Parts: sequence; C-alpha cells; structure tokens
Amino acid sequence: MRGSRLWVNRPSMSVTRPRVATGRFSALAIARNAFSFHENWPQLWRTPEPQARYDVIIVGGGGHGLATAYYLAKEHGIRKVAVIEKGWLGGGNTGRNTTVVRSNYFYPESAHFYDFSLRLYEGLSRELGFNVMLSQRGQLTLAHSRHQLEMLARWATALELNGIDGELLGAAEAREWLPLLNQTPEGRYPVWGALLQRRAGIARHDAVAWGYARAADALGVDLIQNCEVVGFLQEGERVVGVETTKGQIRAPKVGIAVAGHSSVLAMKAGFRLPVTSFALQAFVTEPLKPVLNCVVLSMATGVYLSQSDKGELVIGGGLDLYPSYAQRGNLPTLQSVVEGLLELFPCFSRLRLMRQWAGIVDVVHDSTPIIDRAPVRGLYLNCGWGTGGFKAIPGGGFVFAHLLATDQPHALAEGFTLARFVSGALIDEASASGIAH
Amino acid sequence: MLRIECPWCGPRDEPEFRWGGEVPIVRPGPPELVSDEVWGEYLFLRGNPKGFVRERWQHVFGCRQWFVVLRNTVTHEIPAIARMTDPVPRSEPT
Repeated sequence: MRGSRLWVNRPSMSVTRPRVATGRFSALAIARNAFSFHENWPQLWRTPEPQARYDVIIVGGGGHGLATAYYLAKEHGIRKVAVIEKGWLGGGNTGRNTTVVRSNYFYPESAHFYDFSLRLYEGLSRELGFNVMLSQRGQLTLAHSRHQLEMLARWATALELNGIDGELLGAAEAREWLPLLNQTPEGRYPVWGALLQRRAGIARHDAVAWGYARAADALGVDLIQNCEVVGFLQEGERVVGVETTKGQIRAPKVGIAVAGHSSVLAMKAGFRLPVTSFALQAFVTEPLKPVLNCVVLSMATGVYLSQSDKGELVIGGGLDLYPSYAQRGNLPTLQSVVEGLLELFPCFSRLRLMRQWAGIVDVVHDSTPIIDRAPVRGLYLNCGWGTGGFKAIPGGGFVFAHLLATDQPHALAEGFTLARFVSGALIDEASASGIAH
Repeated sequence: MLRIECPWCGPRDEPEFRWGGEVPIVRPGPPELVSDEVWGEYLFLRGNPKGFVRERWQHVFGCRQWFVVLRNTVTHEIPAIARMTDPVPRSEPT
C-alpha cells in the first residue's frame, strides 16, 4: 500500500486539492483561436518589471524556485514574492534532467520526504490546472550479481519498513519487463533480479516549471526573467535584498534555489557551502516505436533510461567527475554511458543520438539536500539536490516555502541542515541507494 | 575531452586521470584542539568557483603521481600545471 500505514506522526499537508483550470484552455478555446491562427493566446504569465521591495525574493526560476513561490502564496498567503531568474524560467537543470520521478530512497528521512514529493506529483496536474504528464510506469533497478541482489533485498526491506511501495523481482520477471535486454549467456551484465517501484515514472519537466510558474503568477507572484543577481544588499550582518542587473530589489528574506550555482551566490554573501558542481549529461535518441515501457536503471553501469511520449529514449549515466559549470560534459562520459547502454540493450546500437547536453548539479557528500537558513541572516538555502532534484520539486518547494514563511524547518526536512556537516549526522543516500547520486 | 600534460609523462587524455579536489586545503591540528566546526569546514566546505580553480589531479593510468592543475571550470582551459613540490600556480593567469 501507499506510504501511510507506518507513519506515526504524519505532518499535515495538503496533497490533492482539485483546482479548476482558469478556463483559458478548452476545446472551445482551441476552436476559437484557430480563427486567428493561434497567434492570440493569452500569455501564461505576466512579465512585470521588478518592484522596489517584496516580502520574499527567490533567486532561481527553476522548478524549486517556482514551486517555492507557488506554495508561499498558496499555503502561507505570502504573495508579495518575486522569483528572479538570470535566464529563462526552467532553463537550468529543470529543463535538462531525464524526467524521472521516484521515491525509493533508503533512510526514513529521505523516504518520507521523497514520497511526499511523489504524492504531490500525483495530484499536481489537477492542482495546477496544467498537464505535467505524469506517467507512473514503474522503475526497475537491475542487479547483475549476487551481491547486487543482496543490496536490492536490503533496499526492498528498507522501503517496506518506511511504507514505500517496492517489490523484489527475480531474473525471469525482470526480463519480462525488459524484452530487449541482453539475455545471451555471454552478456557482460546478466540480470539477476530487479527492484521495482510501480509508482515511479516520468513527468514532463518543462510542464512542471510552466505549471508552477502560471499558478504562482496567477496568485500574484512576480516572475522576473533575464535578471541576474550580482550581489546581496546587506545592512550589517543581515541580507536585506539583492543587487541585480535590473537594479536593487529589497526584501527581508531572500531564498536561494540555484542548484549548481549555489556556491557562486554563497561566495557573494561571504560564505562557503559543502557543495561541488559537476556536469551531469543526458541524451535523447531519435524517436522510435514503443520499445520500453518503464524506467530502467542498471547498477552495474550506472546507466538509466526511459522512453518519452515522443518515442525518444532519454538516457543518463554518471557524472563527469571533475567540477564544471559548462553545461555540456565531455566525451569520455558519453562514451562510457553508450557502452553501458549497448551492453544492456545491444539492438540500440542502430539508433542515432539526436541531442546531448548537461546540467550543473550541486553535489554534497551524502547526496541529501540542504533546506536551511544560510550562515548569513536573511538568507535561506535550497540546494544540494545533486543529481536528484527533479523528483523533489514539489516537496522541495513545499518545505522551502514553509521555512521561508515560518523560519522553522518543515517536519519532513528537519534533517536537511547545514549543521549535519559539523555534527556528522549525514544521511548517506549516496551509498544507501547504490548509485553515484 | 580534456588533454592534461602530466609533468612526468607528457600530454595524455582525460580518462587516464582522476580529479583529486581543490588545493590548497590544510588539515587542521592537532586533533584534540580542533573544534567540530573547524573539522567540518576542513572536510566539506569548498570554494567550488565558477572560473579558475587550483586542483589536484592524479595520473592513475600512467605514473600515478599527483600534481597541481590550474583550470577554468567554465572553459576547461588549463593554463598552468605544477608538481606538488613546486609553487602553486596563481589562481588567475597573468
């Protein structure tokens, strides 16, 4: 069953609230707009000039920043909010990820948080009135040896203890899910079994950004694009606003949600973070007929893939293992991902890769996020998601909004602090989940 | 594909090497006098700059020596390389 039965202290949260679409989109609207060649659709959000002051400024117009703004307005009634984005909304990692959503983490703190985020995803299209195209087609994590199978068994037990859905599959069942898997006796990575989370799947990444953007804008949030934060306004030891390429904007609270650029902004405020920024590559192939109906991750190669609704295979793998802010990654990683992919699915060797790109991910030592106040008063941090931020957008926005609004951590994010890097209370999902996160 | 000039083996391709973190990072001590905050800073806090950074690399599939590299994390250019015993390259090239 879903996650609720083993919860003792379940924090209150609104997960599914039907929200009527604004009425701008309908079959009738499509017919009506056809007469003007679809050139007169209303804008999804305003493009206001920044005001002189807000109650909260959020730096970063990606999924987390936009979701935070939405929940600030929706859950806390704080609407005098600006989201400041140096490029275009969702142009950073939100537009560059491999769209996977899942909640099969290991430790209770992570499991409960990510499952909360997944449950928000389950009601998100309805809540935002925007189709985020959530497809809970299931995720298989493959084991290729007895030892990996034992790891999966341990992982499956953790899921069960945490009330998250997860099933251990044998080799035959795994092969039924993946008919194109290399099943020859000479295969380098034979499949011994798999861990299946049925509620895992994919969602359309751009739609998540746009859905939150439109909903936040409708609640009065100002979305300011092409506006880069170049510094912080400080009075004494306190941050009181931001210096941007469009001038100064003041607010008593400034939240940062900029993923791989977190250290850059921290440096402007005079402190360092336990973050290193790496390039995480992703690739899409040419479209093909349905060949893969789930998300699959191989523990042996670190390669994972799914098939989008357009028919393209969306493929990811490990990081380029040296710091980079160039959103491209490099050839050796591309090569090793392709090698791993083709060893698992030899027939894909015929496919052409259409596009390759990278996001800049903010990796921390234990692959657990940071939702906390910064060492500088007035500044708040949402970072450290590393390679796993997309699935966390609704949950991350929700708990970050709670922190910004109340100055208290949300119950689900209590362990996601900067202090754990001093106390040693790391939540080690990197080794727990078995993937280089 | 990075091309890195190992001080002993000459220019080699990226897969022959392993990145080893920013330099210089000085281990605080003696241990009994180091607070949790200082120890945590030493273990985890990093500059992680967007631009030029000084870092260690190891030539894993060659001589296995460590050396210092001055690299730009945006353009990936490498203006200077030095042995561990040499003066550390300036953090911005002249």
